[in-house]
Amino acid sequence: MSQITTHAEYLDPILAHYKLNQHNLLQMLREAQEHFGYIHPEAIDYLEQQLQLPRSMVEGVASFYSLLYLQPHGEYRVLFSDNITDRMLGNMDLMESMCGQLWVEAGKVSEDGLVSINTTSCTGMCDQGPAVLINNIAINHLTQDRINSLCELIRERVPLSGWPLEFFAIEDNIHKKDILLDSNFKFGSALAEVLQRSSEEILQEIKTSKLRGRGGAGFSTGSKWEFCRTAPGAQHYVVCNADEGEPGTFKDRVLLNSYADMVFEGMTICAHVIGAKKGFIYLRGEYRYLLDHLHAILQRRRQQSLLGNNILGYTDFNFDIEIHLGAGAYICGEESALIESLEGKRGTPRNRPPFPVTSGYLNQPTVVNNVETFAAASLIGLHGGAWYANIGTETSSGTKILSVSGDCAHPGLYEYPFGVTVAQVLADCGAKNTQAVQISGPSGICIAANEFERRIAFDDLPTAGAFMVFDQSRDMFEVARNFVHFFKHESCGFCTPCRVGTSLLSNMMNKLANGHGSPYDFAEIEKLNELLLSTSHCGLGHSACNPVLDTIAKFRPAYDKRLTHKEYIPAFDLDYALSQARQMTGRDDTGAHLERIHVSK
Amino acid sequence: MSQNSNTPHNKNQTTFTLDGKTIPFSEGQTIIQAAMAAGEYIPHLCFNPEFKPHGSCKICTVTANGRQTASCTQQPQVDMMVESDTKQINDERRALLQMLFVEGNHFCPSCEKSGDCQLQATAYELDMMSPHFDHFSPNRPLDASHGEYLLDFNRCILCSLCARASSDVDGKNVFSLAGRGIKTHLIVNSKSGKLADTDFTGDDKAAHVCPVGVIIKKRVGFAVPIGKRSFDEHPISATPHPIVKGAI
Ligand SMILES: Cc1cc2nc3c(=O)[nH]c(=O)nc-3n(C[C@H](O)[C@H](O)[C@H](O)COP(=O)(O)O)c2cc1C
Ligand code: SF4
Ligand code: SF4
Ligand code: FES
Repeated sequence: MSQITTHAEYLDPILAHYKLNQHNLLQMLREAQEHFGYIHPEAIDYLEQQLQLPRSMVEGVASFYSLLYLQPHGEYRVLFSDNITDRMLGNMDLMESMCGQLWVEAGKVSEDGLVSINTTSCTGMCDQGPAVLINNIAINHLTQDRINSLCELIRERVPLSGWPLEFFAIEDNIHKKDILLDSNFKFGSALAEVLQRSSEEILQEIKTSKLRGRGGAGFSTGSKWEFCRTAPGAQHYVVCNADEGEPGTFKDRVLLNSYADMVFEGMTICAHVIGAKKGFIYLRGEYRYLLDHLHAILQRRRQQSLLGNNILGYTDFNFDIEIHLGAGAYICGEESALIESLEGKRGTPRNRPPFPVTSGYLNQPTVVNNVETFAAASLIGLHGGAWYANIGTETSSGTKILSVSGDCAHPGLYEYPFGVTVAQVLADCGAKNTQAVQISGPSGICIAANEFERRIAFDDLPTAGAFMVFDQSRDMFEVARNFVHFFKHESCGFCTPCRVGTSLLSNMMNKLANGHGSPYDFAEIEKLNELLLSTSHCGLGHSACNPVLDTIAKFRPAYDKRLTHKEYIPAFDLDYALSQARQMTGRDDTGAHLERIHVSK
Repeated sequence: MSQNSNTPHNKNQTTFTLDGKTIPFSEGQTIIQAAMAAGEYIPHLCFNPEFKPHGSCKICTVTANGRQTASCTQQPQVDMMVESDTKQINDERRALLQMLFVEGNHFCPSCEKSGDCQLQATAYELDMMSPHFDHFSPNRPLDASHGEYLLDFNRCILCSLCARASSDVDGKNVFSLAGRGIKTHLIVNSKSGKLADTDFTGDDKAAHVCPVGVIIKKRVGFAVPIGKRSFDEHPISATPHPIVKGAI
């Protein structure tokens, strides 16, 4: 009982802030965790009792998100970003060094409960990796020196607030600006323009602009807003998708850091068009460091009458924005999973139809758009749809911001009118001897040198923004293997084909890596791809095999050199199976190994 | 072949075709619901006619106007052409079944549910001869804490029927899905994580909906001898509402 009252001390303010509303469960869990570094079982007792929710539901939600812990996870929780770009910058050696210095095994908590070290999916810092999250706060540009300092600080139990500020520096790295990044946008300017006109007229401007969504699928923004506007519902909602989980993508991070007014203003314009009173930003948990900054801007906008009641003096135009943080789940970038997560649940994609425009947040009509889409809407509000439609190409109006990373001299953001060739981008970012570019992340497409004249546009190379460059020294098999591992880790587990299929695929890639592959496995991968394409519940499952199929088709030698067998070999490797026993007994002598028949590494 | 193709139906009745047979449907029905009402079988596991469709196992996948979709969640359109019993789709269903077999631990010969199990029966129906994939052999301890019921998580296919029954019918929330991805698993509603510490009873609907052998009544083991069980007598495609029948 006394325990409960102590938990009440820190939980009561959280519960009060979130108005005991179960739709804020994820937010409450995330804040509750900040107290002990994990969600204490007695904290769950208290939440269960106060929120009148079944414990199994609270645990079901908490266990879905990889940044939430139900068991102690150390005072310092270190997560190395494990995108392929981090790997190329040597993150694995740094992690090993840190594990060695702090006497902890990767994936475990140190015996004294001081620290845990593990990997996590891309944290959106590919232009300044290797990157790490410590207690959910980002630290970039890791070097051996920096790792040594971090180990020292952790060993001496210095709280993060006392760490050198330069460790937390995050750069924008903008290398090429066009209409959006160079707009010198004045907050309120687009809204002042827009509110002089009717919502019909503004919708027409958006349609005229031919703006298409920047989150990947490229759906017409005008049509989306129109569907939502005409859909019946007591409330309409605007949601900004800032989950940005696709490995290699980091432009939304920069937009929110330095162009947040444009994003908020675009959301407000959308609210004007669809008749919404409330908006949400769903910000990925890895971008926790942006939270205070964004709250401050929202607060300023309220004071400037750009948010709140009677915006800019227009009676009856009331709109405000709330920020919800994710907690480590790529699938929550999928719009219906995002909405589930906004409602405080496990981030499982919904059955569609109905689509969010008719039945989204709390089953009300909801627009979900990417951060960049809203920023572009502000520009359109300011300069008009015709002006915007003139930029770019016939099918793809406007500009696209690319997040360039990997083997190039100047990783960072590059904004181009649609239609730019891959070769141009490579030249601008200082890439040499380029072997391949992964466009739009693991779920996108991998292109080889003979395709570098292709263009960034919805009808050629559509992209959510990731542009990862690989030079001739890179092993494209390992690139694909890293991506497959990502999908396995991020599959939500709802549907059979993706839940099991991503594990099967990951096992097959490991089998090839261990030298046990045969051409038979290629046929198996093809079959798996067809199954996932035709039966998966959402886009994650549909694209999970892409990296492997692309690289088999285009970089076959990277696979061939691993094929030591012409005949099928079962994946089960007895010697490997004994490795656990070897580890437990601390043996690694020849007697503890079976005779190695196959090359293994 | 089917008696349904000649079943007279009134002219205003909306219909679609399932493998060439005309199936009537009404507003709000999904493809599988309409098909079942017409006496047609589409393989399924997470769907149970008594509950709101879930759409997770994907065994009920069909081609509707050329697009593949889960028939338990997809609503038909007038004159939609639905294909179910084709080689390609049955091959895919078999692969999905194989996936369900290898991700858990299914030792049918020693399973109390053998013969009443929908996973096993569907595998027979679709001529699944081997698991094809390598077994994952997960480590999933049993929960024998409850006086009357045993939980053998090794066989769970994560269909969530128990969770839906417990919340929607029993008003209890005894079961929930937890974890993510391949680590998704079933948990029960108690701090200890044990069934004995929940308010679960044998009278719960949730005690009788598991399509496989996870939620097992103790001490009645093999009361109906193997050979005399639901799917021993008829294949699953000819057994109406197998879950309900199997449980009673
Ligand atoms: C697995 C998956 C992950 C996604 N992640 C994101 C994301 O991080 N950000 C985003 O804007 N859209 C993401 N999307 C696309 C969204 O579902 C949705 O189409 C988009 O937010 C719509 O906004 P737009 O029209 O402005 O592009 C994802 C889709 C899938 C299937
Ligand atoms: S395809 Fe994958 S991520 Fe999408 S619902 Fe199925 S399991 Fe979840
Ligand atoms: S226990 Fe049975 S009913 Fe419940 S999810 Fe598992 S397989 Fe489905
Ligand atoms: S029965 Fe339709 S998805 Fe399971």
